[in-house]
Amino acid sequence: MSLDFKPGAFNGFFRDETFRDDFTYRNSPEGIRRFPFPFDRDDYMYSVNMEPHTSGRKGSVFEHTFDVDEHYVSEMIDRAKVLAEDPLRCQSLPHMTLAGWDLLELIMESKARDYPQWFSLTKDGNRWHWINRPLGIDQTFTFLDESTLPYGPFEYITRQTQGDFSLQDERDNDLWMDAGMITSQADWSLDFDIGMSFMEWHAPVPLAHEKGIFDRALKFLLKLQHGAPVRRFNWTMTVNPLLDTAPETYPKWGPTRTTLSQDNMGNKMHLRVELQALFRLPRSNAVAFSIRCYLGKFEELVTVPKWGRRLHRVVRDLHPDLAAYKGFLRNRDAMAQWLSAYDDGKPTSPGWWPED
Amino acid sequence: MTKTEFPPAIKSRPVYGVLAPRPGALHLIVADGDGAAAVTDLLAKASDRASMLASTHIIYTPGPDGTDRSADLAALGAAQCYRAPTIPTLLPRLQRVLIDAHMGTQFYLAGTEGLIGQAERDIMATGFPATDIQKEHRGSTVRRVQCVHCKGITENVATDPFKCSHCGLNLYVRDHYSRRLAAFQGVNIDAEDPGQIPQSVVKFK
Ligand code: HEM
Repeated sequence: MSLDFKPGAFNGFFRDETFRDDFTYRNSPEGIRRFPFPFDRDDYMYSVNMEPHTSGRKGSVFEHTFDVDEHYVSEMIDRAKVLAEDPLRCQSLPHMTLAGWDLLELIMESKARDYPQWFSLTKDGNRWHWINRPLGIDQTFTFLDESTLPYGPFEYITRQTQGDFSLQDERDNDLWMDAGMITSQADWSLDFDIGMSFMEWHAPVPLAHEKGIFDRALKFLLKLQHGAPVRRFNWTMTVNPLLDTAPETYPKWGPTRTTLSQDNMGNKMHLRVELQALFRLPRSNAVAFSIRCYLGKFEELVTVPKWGRRLHRVVRDLHPDLAAYKGFLRNRDAMAQWLSAYDDGKPTSPGWWPED
Repeated sequence: MTKTEFPPAIKSRPVYGVLAPRPGALHLIVADGDGAAAVTDLLAKASDRASMLASTHIIYTPGPDGTDRSADLAALGAAQCYRAPTIPTLLPRLQRVLIDAHMGTQFYLAGTEGLIGQAERDIMATGFPATDIQKEHRGSTVRRVQCVHCKGITENVATDPFKCSHCGLNLYVRDHYSRRLAAFQGVNIDAEDPGQIPQSVVKFK
């Protein structure tokens, strides 16, 4: 059995594009305007940046619980390809099945509510009927009965949802990353990290431990309540619109970091923004973590004057330990040079919205 | 030879203490190489040495550098004392003993990181709490490293970088450590500039 998956079902809204080989990914003009630019000021340092994940501005990526955008269908095709090449990118320890059902329920209910034109969920007791029109899926199954789905519940629903997901079990006053669907990660390995505690999987991050950021973040997350999700931003830089920057395949994509010039920077270099949301799950008491990746080409972002100015200043002034950790120290000067043409030195308004 | 002192490192890297006797129905000791000295020190600290020995099971193997102190351990007079030739031959015995071990068993692991890590992994997989496991590092600091690319594990890594014994890529050794795999992480060092491999230096002895 497999997902009843009919790729190519693109209509006027969903783009037919690639995140590999010829890299035809790009954002439409509307897509650029709603890009989640993560900098609310002209400099950046780690902080405990969390806010309630409540419905935000209409049309923005904050409007709905799980944003579905023009890249949806192509991203799901890319995920299927990554999993076909390396099934270890999706793993779930045996005790996490219930948390997988919790997540399936959360996503199906949210999408059916927020995007009724694309998704529908009808329930007759535990007999559920799920329709995903963009992917051509029509599935009837029994909630909490794994044998009625072509995959485990966690893999089933995350093959149909943009963004990476991990599920954290709570034990001993700590969170343990015991399941994950990780195919669009910024260079970390689920296969290596699965089973780790909050401090263990965050161990490689520079400066933040010393600043007490992870102590405070964990304390906060242990108090996370069902029905009151929170969100935060993280970001890095990626050469080419490559979703799957995995350590596993680093020898394949690493060399692209040496291919940049002032002529191709605007098209090749992407600001990679992760909109991360955290949900307490009702039955399992696990914490679901969604890591939704948005890629914006430098040449797309600088069409918004405020973002061009600000991105230049952030890249130019970023702490070298952060630039090294994020993997762009060797290109930082060239990136700042390219961006400087879009910085006239004028002040920028506070906040991340595009208008001046 | 006393406990190994390591420089401060990132938070996934294991930390080690000094073994101390604790009350328990069974004392299960797993050691390799110079870890034998930590075991004799442990028993020297026991308030009632004879009764501790009567409920002690020692499983030992020589260290990666060839250090073999099995005679010292045999001389202690524990209820059971076994010498395995290698770590892979030690682990099935440990797994068998764990099936019969009851809650309240005290675990003492001593020696190199590879031995301690794999024994701890198997003990925790059986459901024993981390709080019942004590660890003391002695002897060789060579590392057990997983290649993040091909997933192959190379034992007794002494140099950085080193060549993966499975796929042949040149890997640098991170401090990032997985207790599930009982291994450090190795990452291709010349991924961005193929062929530019720095001189390998002995970092773990
Ligand atoms: C349970 C939820 C979370 C999971 C599963 C998670 C997972 C991760 C992982 C796997 C990494 C990469 C580490 C590496 O280099 O190997 C990372 C990085 C990081 N995490 Fe988290 N994280 C979570 C919550 C948080 C929270 C609440 C904060 C809030 C402060 C946070 C702050 C960071 C920071 C600052 C980085 C470095 C990112 C960069 O500079 O690119 N994380 N996280």
